[in-house]
Amino acid sequence: MAKRVLLGAAAVLLVIAAAYAAFFVAPEERTMGVLQRIFYFHVACAWAGLTAFMICFAANLLYVWKRQEKYDWLGVSCAEVGTAFTTVVLISGPIWAKPAWGIYWTWDARLTSTFILWLLYISYLLLRTLVEEPDRRALLSALFGIFAFIDVPIVFGAIRWWRTQHPAPVIMGGPNSGMAAGMRPAFYFGVIAMHIFMWFLISERYSLEKTRSDIELLRQEAEAS
Amino acid sequence: MGLLSNAAALLGKEVRTEFRSRELMSTTTVFVLIVVVLFSFTFDPTTDESHRFGPGLLWLAFLFAASLMLQPCFLREQVNDTLSALRLAVRDPFAIFLAKIGANTLFLLFTELLMLPVFAALFNASFRGQLPGILLTFFLGSLGISTAGTALAAISAQSRMRELLLPLLLLPLLAPILVASTEVTVGLMSPDPFMQWKGIGFLAVFDVVFLTALWLFGEYLLEE
Amino acid sequence: MAPSAERSIGLRFEKIDKRYGAVYALHNLTLEISPGECVALAGRNGSGKTTLLRVASSLTRPTRGTLAFSGVPENQNPQVGFVAHATMLYDELTAEENLLFFAKLLGVANRKARVDELLNEVGLGERKDSLVRTFSRGMRQRVAIARALLADPSLLLFDEPATGLDAEATAWLIGHLRTLRDRGCTILMSLHGESEVARLAARAVRLDTGSVVADTRSGATFQSVLTFAGG
Repeated sequence: MAKRVLLGAAAVLLVIAAAYAAFFVAPEERTMGVLQRIFYFHVACAWAGLTAFMICFAANLLYVWKRQEKYDWLGVSCAEVGTAFTTVVLISGPIWAKPAWGIYWTWDARLTSTFILWLLYISYLLLRTLVEEPDRRALLSALFGIFAFIDVPIVFGAIRWWRTQHPAPVIMGGPNSGMAAGMRPAFYFGVIAMHIFMWFLISERYSLEKTRSDIELLRQEAEAS
Repeated sequence: MGLLSNAAALLGKEVRTEFRSRELMSTTTVFVLIVVVLFSFTFDPTTDESHRFGPGLLWLAFLFAASLMLQPCFLREQVNDTLSALRLAVRDPFAIFLAKIGANTLFLLFTELLMLPVFAALFNASFRGQLPGILLTFFLGSLGISTAGTALAAISAQSRMRELLLPLLLLPLLAPILVASTEVTVGLMSPDPFMQWKGIGFLAVFDVVFLTALWLFGEYLLEE
Repeated sequence: MAPSAERSIGLRFEKIDKRYGAVYALHNLTLEISPGECVALAGRNGSGKTTLLRVASSLTRPTRGTLAFSGVPENQNPQVGFVAHATMLYDELTAEENLLFFAKLLGVANRKARVDELLNEVGLGERKDSLVRTFSRGMRQRVAIARALLADPSLLLFDEPATGLDAEATAWLIGHLRTLRDRGCTILMSLHGESEVARLAARAVRLDTGSVVADTRSGATFQSVLTFAGG
């Protein structure tokens, strides 16, 4: 219990510290000014979301192989947390883009792939609500999770090849391209903070799922007797 | 009985059954027709723009149709639990998938080729001399749709709200097929037709990746 | 070619669990079936008979525990004939087409001859070109039995096989099962209470809530095992 509180406190403090760094420590960007600071937050969320989905993929593979419930709990926790982070990315992007570039959205490779990724994991979560029996639900969602994850690079490839031809505003440049040296510490600090926050969320969600599963078992046993 | 001969036997049965009733293909073809006609109401199909939008709409119609046509794939095997009989009779469960993918690809292809002249007429498009290219594109695209679709149909058949779930799972997954197939078809339909081999290669890669994934994980999809 | 005694299949269920949520269809089930044995499985509805049969056929994968076969090459599953509640037949095909199809998948030699032979044996030779959809429950059951016997299986699993069969068909079934049993085929059949079919069995086992609760092998009488608490 103490460990969880500690992790949670550390995560929240780190995020606050990262926000402070983003707003007050990092130098102001030349062209976009204060608005650009959302970048630290937005990109860190995107990376944390992707990491969560990668852990989800690993958990899915492990479940199919080992058939231990804990991998199912880990999978759903990562999927939910990843989806939450991706939702934040999809919302914060347009908030930034409109004042900065005059448009809310553009169909470039990164954005479109992110949107499809989000849709796929929403489908994953929906699938889980539609299968009642726990072992079946775990297996089917793990298998769908595997198919969805291997699709993501293919989606990205397709859209990058064919849908990023017309000049599109470079929303983020790469994180290391054109980022001033002064920005890097704040940026990487933000990424690390977000990942720790992500880990905290996943472990909380995992315990929740474990408890829920235990309660469900007890309830069914009580009903049966 | 080897994998391929089992798959061939099953494929033969699926095709024979379908040709007896023709219910899947007839409903799918009419559905695609309806979608194409409705699409034509959303913009004026006679201008040059239709050459750019047309193929995309055609493939979108195929995708929607497929997400409906693939439903019965495993649902029909639940009626009398014939799926269990199949699982008992074949040594490698991948044979069941191969056969269904083959059957679904054939049915989709049939619908697509039937729709091609209709589409050409409605959108004043021409495929002059591009038939081999069109066939290849339609085949690889349909194979991709069937592979992913058959796998997901096995999943959705075991859940509630299965009629809605299959399109939900399938359509985002098939986004790459939609993009690549459309691009190649646009190239083949343009006034100066050309074959975009990059797109063909891409479709082939998609097909191989998902067939491999199904080969690795297929038996778990059928597990009880 | 009949399965000879050396090729008879034995089964060993070792601590099998099959769980659906919190419900255990099978719980810590341990059971050994000797090669060539004919066993009657008794139990109320929901006692796990059907699940046990499905695990024996390898259709259902146990949550825990193992199932081992003797008399079968390493890592192979035996040739199984399964007659279940569902007919496992395609309604839109004829009786003959159904059997020819499965015979093809199973790699049966001289398919046509074998299918004709079986259809005649089950008394449906005249109706072989009729769609299964048009058959009565009893007729479908007979085609299902024919399907189970196509590849001369060494393990036969029957889930309440006499359901829907009239006296004549039941007599045929009993005769045929007797022949198979005498040829060394291992037979597991789930039954409801005492019946003529049960008399074929050399042994009876009773299941309750997923475990074995009575076994004639350990001294209980047939009658008590088969008819306890109404069967």
